[in-house]
Amino acid sequence: MIALLRRDLTLAVRAGGGFGLGLAFFLVVVILVPFAVGPDTEILARIAPGVLWLGALLACLLSLDRIFALDWEDGSMDLLATAPLPLEGVVAVKALSHWLTTGLPLTLAAPVLGVLLNLPTPGFAWLVLSLALGTPALSIIGAFGAALTVGLKRGGLLLSLLVLPLYVPTLIFGAEVARRGSEGLELGSPLAFLAGISLGVAALMPYAAAAALRVNLR
Amino acid sequence: MSLWEYANPKRFMQISAAVLPWVAGFGGVCLAVGLIWGFFGTPEDYRQGATVKIMYLHVPAALLAINGWLMMLAASLIWLIRRHHVSALAARAAAPVGLTMTVIALVTGAIWGQPMWGTWWVWDPRLTSFLILGLFYLGYIALWEAIDDADTAADLTSVLCLVGSVFAILSRYAVLFWNQGLHQGASLSLDKEENVADVFYFPLLLCIAGFVLIFLALVLYRTRTEIRLRRLQALMARDRLL
Repeated sequence: MIALLRRDLTLAVRAGGGFGLGLAFFLVVVILVPFAVGPDTEILARIAPGVLWLGALLACLLSLDRIFALDWEDGSMDLLATAPLPLEGVVAVKALSHWLTTGLPLTLAAPVLGVLLNLPTPGFAWLVLSLALGTPALSIIGAFGAALTVGLKRGGLLLSLLVLPLYVPTLIFGAEVARRGSEGLELGSPLAFLAGISLGVAALMPYAAAAALRVNLR
Repeated sequence: MSLWEYANPKRFMQISAAVLPWVAGFGGVCLAVGLIWGFFGTPEDYRQGATVKIMYLHVPAALLAINGWLMMLAASLIWLIRRHHVSALAARAAAPVGLTMTVIALVTGAIWGQPMWGTWWVWDPRLTSFLILGLFYLGYIALWEAIDDADTAADLTSVLCLVGSVFAILSRYAVLFWNQGLHQGASLSLDKEENVADVFYFPLLLCIAGFVLIFLALVLYRTRTEIRLRRLQALMARDRLL
């Protein structure tokens, strides 16, 4: 498992694996928002948590189809499927490496972009915490979507259509934590729900994704 | 004699051919009587005026949008567990009908909401979860259309249906976090005392029965079409081999 993780990470960072692409997209979305809604700092401060979450989600979506596509095309997927490691483990490792190369950088970049959007000071810690808790869920759900569409030639658009409704609860709770954090409200319950979703999908989703992969490999 | 005998496509075709006109006919009669009774035979509500009558379309459509997904869930489970092709095809056949019901519910709701709430759309928990349900239907249909191999498509959409059900329920409760919303609670139930007044109740029941029967008829009809399509494809494949 660790060997697979290291291989995936190396592939993602080197050889134009799209490592920086998600980050750049996040940056572009967040920079474009003030142009669209105007530079009024109060409005920006109000919508900042939601915009940052939305930008992170879209940036995450952008790189989803790479989770399995490259391995699928060059045949490594068949090797992984016949390897002693169960396919569920492969899915979990792939989702983890996707998170390490997109979710984690996004989480770390979010406070910097928060400054651009005039995010209130108490919000920074909660924003980072909510993204750190929520983006793993995005990666794992995305791995399921990628497993469903891996055999298709033009799966990209379909992938986003399938995955977006699945992202709704994570987005609601994540943005809610960030919003309440920036307004200094009580945020225990959405935080607990967010953590619950992440843990729940981490435990269950690899089975669904592996089932979908097995069907596609048949 | 067990229930599973109906999973045999031949038997299914025989029985559904016999049942289909009756279901469709009864559905049409129920709906026509219910709608005419509802539109012309019931008084106007003292606060809502004539707009209350859109209930006769809105409530049954919403009911079937949800239950259509449940039916697809059951059919998907049967397909995954027992591999009956009719079941997978029935799930496929139900999806566009369910999507139509969702759209009817959303549109009639918007038409009613404009004079009553003063807005076509609010991000109310019920409305939002219906929109998300509509997205799930869309994704499900799109996935069916995108995959060429029939068995692969059936498997993948079944898995999507199972996962989607969990997330649909999750979204339903997640949106409650915003507020309790504008949408009124259920006005119809079997066990509660609080129902709509009797004058509205019986035509509404008739409309619901009509919608359910027509939903059934449409699903049966579309399933029959799918089975015929499958047979045709098999015949053409055999021709190409010879």
